[in-house]
Amino acid sequence: MAKGVKPRVKVPKTASAGEMVTLKTLISHKMESGQRKDSDGNKIPRSIIHRFTCAFNGKTVVDVEMGGAISTNPYFSFDAVVPEAGEFHFTWYDDDGSVYETKKKVEMA
Amino acid sequence: MKLIKIILAMAGLVATPIVTIAGEDSQLTINEEPFVTSVAAPAHLENVDTIYSGWTFRTDETQALQMDDFDNPAFVFIDQAIDTFNAVDGSAGKACVSCHESPEVFKGLRASMPRVNGSGELETIPELVNNCRTERMGAEKWKWSGGKMAGMIGLIGLQSRGMTVDVAINGPATSMWEKGKELYYQRVGQLDMSCSNCHEDNYGNMIRADHLSQGQINGFPTYRLKNAKLNTIHGRFKGCMKNIRATPFKEGSDEFKALELYVASRSNGLMIETPSVRN
Repeated sequence: MAKGVKPRVKVPKTASAGEMVTLKTLISHKMESGQRKDSDGNKIPRSIIHRFTCAFNGKTVVDVEMGGAISTNPYFSFDAVVPEAGEFHFTWYDDDGSVYETKKKVEMA
Repeated sequence: MKLIKIILAMAGLVATPIVTIAGEDSQLTINEEPFVTSVAAPAHLENVDTIYSGWTFRTDETQALQMDDFDNPAFVFIDQAIDTFNAVDGSAGKACVSCHESPEVFKGLRASMPRVNGSGELETIPELVNNCRTERMGAEKWKWSGGKMAGMIGLIGLQSRGMTVDVAINGPATSMWEKGKELYYQRVGQLDMSCSNCHEDNYGNMIRADHLSQGQINGFPTYRLKNAKLNTIHGRFKGCMKNIRATPFKEGSDEFKALELYVASRSNGLMIETPSVRN
C-alpha cells in the first residue's frame, strides 16, 4: 500500500433541491509510474490511482479511468445536480489493490 | 494585475518605481476574510513608502490558488503535518500532541517570530521544533528545509494566518537586527548585488520572465509552483544568493537568522498568509 495517501474532498454542506454544485476532490498519492528502478536496478511496480468514481445515493456521477501519464496528487473538479438530501461517495482505486473511500453528506437548505 | 501594469508603465519614465494604490480587482480574500496586502511601511524603512505582499505581484491564476484552501496545493503538506503532529516519534514515546494540545495553541507565534529568547539568543520556529524533538521527544533533528520541517512550520504558521506581523526589533533584538540590516544592504557574489538592489530598487519590474516582489516573508513557508513543495525562508534566501552567484550562508546560520529578523521586520503591518502560493 502506498504511503501517505490522503483523500480530500470539498462538498457544500447544504444545497437546494435541483441545485448544481461544484465538487472538488484531490488525493495525495505518489503515483509511482512503473518506469523507475530502485537502487538495485529492480523495476518499481506501477502503483497509480487508475480509477476514480463518485456516486450520489448509489447513482454514478462520474467514473474516471486514468492512465500512465497522470500526475501525482490527481485533482478533479466537476459539477453535479443534487436532487435530494443524501450522500456523495468518492472512491479511488489503486493499482496495488488498495481502495480509498470518502463520504460526504449533503442536506437540503 | 493592474498594479503591476502601472508599475511597468512608470518604470520606463522614472528611476524609482512609483506605485499607485492596487486596483479593486486585486483584493486577497481567504475563507471570505479580507487580507491586507499593501500598507504604509513601518517607520524603520528608509527607502520604501508602501509595503506589498508578494501576492500582489503574482498573476491572476496564481493569486486565485491562494484564495481557496482546497485549491491551495500547500494544504496537501499541511494535512501530512497534522498526521505528523499526532504521530509518536523518538525514544521518549511522545508526539507533538502529548505536550501541545493541538496546533491551534501556536496561534500568534508566527506573527512575532523570529524573537530573542530569555537567554538572549535569537530563535526561529524550526529551532523550536527541533529543540522539542531532541530534548523532549528524544527524536532525530529534522533538516531545516526538509519536507517534514516545512510542513510542520507551515501548520504552525497557519494558526496565525490573518494576524498582523509584529516583530520586535528593539531591546535585546537590536544588535541582531542591525546585523541583518547590514547583510540586506551588503553587495555580495559575482554579480555584486545586495537584497535591496532587487527588492527595494526594482520591485514590480521584470526579472527574466517574472515580476520582482519586495521580498516580504509574511507568506512563508510558501508553496512554489516551480518546485511543487513548501519552501522555507532560509531555503529561499539560499536560492536568492545562488542566483546572484554568491556562496550562500548555511540554513539556520546566525547570518540567515539575523537576515530573517530584519526581513520579517520589513513586513511589520502586513498579514501572515502562511501557507501562500507563489511561482
